[in-house]
Amino acid sequence: MDNHNENQKSKEQGKAAMNKMEIKDLAVFYGKFRAVTDIQMDIQTNKITAIIGPSGCGKSTLLRSFNRMNDLTPSARVEGQILLDGENINVPGVDVVDVRRRIGMVFQRPNPFPKSIYDNVAYGPRLYGVRRKNDLDEIVEKSLKQAALWEEVKDKLHQSGLSISGGQQQRLCIARALAVEPEVILMDEPASALDPISTLKIEELMQELKKEYSIVIVTHNMQQAARVSDYTAMMMLSKEGERSGTVIEFDDTKAIFTRPKDKRTEDYVTGRFG
Amino acid sequence: MTAHTTAHQTNFQKLIEKNHASVSLRRKVTNAVMLSVTGLMTILALIPLFWIIGYVVYKGGQYINLDFFIHTPRPLGMEGGGVLNAIQGTLIISGLASLIAIPPAILAAFYAANNPNTPLGVVLRFSTDVLSGIPSIVIGLFAYAIIVKPMGHYSGFAGAVAMAMLMLPTIIRTTEEMLKLVPHTLREASLGLGAPEWKTSISVVLPAALNGIMTGILLSVARAAGETAPLLFTALGNERYDLGLIIQSGIAQKQGFFEILKRVFDQPVDSLPLTLWKYAQQPYPERIEQSWAAALVLMIVILLINIFTRLWVESRKRRLQG
Repeated sequence: MDNHNENQKSKEQGKAAMNKMEIKDLAVFYGKFRAVTDIQMDIQTNKITAIIGPSGCGKSTLLRSFNRMNDLTPSARVEGQILLDGENINVPGVDVVDVRRRIGMVFQRPNPFPKSIYDNVAYGPRLYGVRRKNDLDEIVEKSLKQAALWEEVKDKLHQSGLSISGGQQQRLCIARALAVEPEVILMDEPASALDPISTLKIEELMQELKKEYSIVIVTHNMQQAARVSDYTAMMMLSKEGERSGTVIEFDDTKAIFTRPKDKRTEDYVTGRFG
Repeated sequence: MTAHTTAHQTNFQKLIEKNHASVSLRRKVTNAVMLSVTGLMTILALIPLFWIIGYVVYKGGQYINLDFFIHTPRPLGMEGGGVLNAIQGTLIISGLASLIAIPPAILAAFYAANNPNTPLGVVLRFSTDVLSGIPSIVIGLFAYAIIVKPMGHYSGFAGAVAMAMLMLPTIIRTTEEMLKLVPHTLREASLGLGAPEWKTSISVVLPAALNGIMTGILLSVARAAGETAPLLFTALGNERYDLGLIIQSGIAQKQGFFEILKRVFDQPVDSLPLTLWKYAQQPYPERIEQSWAAALVLMIVILLINIFTRLWVESRKRRLQG
């Protein structure tokens, strides 16, 4: 792959052995309730990292702290370090707007704005001051192509983003996230509301996207995690009777699914398959 | 079913089978009775509506003609004459009232929807409920005290202020409800791209809720346009009011835009419900006839506002859904 892409090659060499993100001693509180605790995790450049685990163990909460989306929940508080290229973004004074541009997010249900397909994709670039029509046209086309949606919508760019199918809407949302040229893409169960064919398309798309981006995906679907990801974090409630979620095992996806070290991981992974 | 009675049946199953016929009949009878009762009541509830519309169309239709729309009232005993003054008055009072009421109402609704549990949000919600319960005649009296009295004369402006106060609570509440219906995920998508709250509100939440908001606004305008009480001692009524003449004479006297605007709103103005009310109590047959015709025109104006709203909302919905 690298032979075909000089640019990519130099990029990887430049950042060799460097993690895109590093999470250290992270804990998330809702009021006094400690929802997520003691998280240590690395997000590697140009890899897909999956977060799996049972419902209610804090997967989405953890993901949402990566781009400071938890700021939007008034009672939420995030402690610990979140390093993006070595710089802690979980400190006051960091430009949240810039963090969210560099770390994009795709949500569980397709949520295109009630605007045209074009305006959906152009929304982000316009926020950052891109005004000229030529520039916008270029960004829109490039983003839609990256999201593997261009061929399907190029003749109806000015139709409503809600007029296309659910799977197409989700790819539109991915294109919308790509349009601001993020470095990391967070995906919160991006295919859970989609049919199997649309799911497959999203998964194929992720394989394409990881050549240029670092991806973190939360998923309920263990087969999906096994299929698409390079690394897997297994989350569970930390102790019996306690309500805090934590990462109990973080490893190569293959290792997690074939020879898990933690008994709970093994139970979870095999239980669902068996 | 009864043929399959076997030793394996439980007592419960036997009971069900024994009672099957009578239970089933009772269920059918109950269903038929309730269906006819509710159906009958539905028809009863519709009777006043169609009776009113039919009666007004029948009575008003006899006396309505082109003159009615293009002339101001003529002195009693003279043929013809219309209610142009009242039609114009209703339109300019409703228009100005909308301008006064809509911007603060929408912004307040945004505040309440985004900060529902703050003290100000709670106070706003409570106050709009109280305000919407205040009788419209009291609001008219209030406008009289704070505008008509200090200014020393009745005016269309005072009428518009009274009407705006009447519209405020409805618009705030419907707008707030519509904003709350916008899926949270839409806001998150915008904020997740790095958009600030205000930008998200204006360019994502507002367009998503606009259909409902517009419907709320226009229905409240239509409602207010039919009110008489708040105008009784504010706009008062003015049989010689004629926008065309005011503008013409203003231009002839080389008055500026704002001077003309002042003349439009700074004098007593008539409205359709006011005209209806005044004419209906006069002893002259032609005034009574014109009162019926005014009622019909008022109904048509309000109906048009309603139809326009629905068409606009429908076309926008189609455009958004593709």
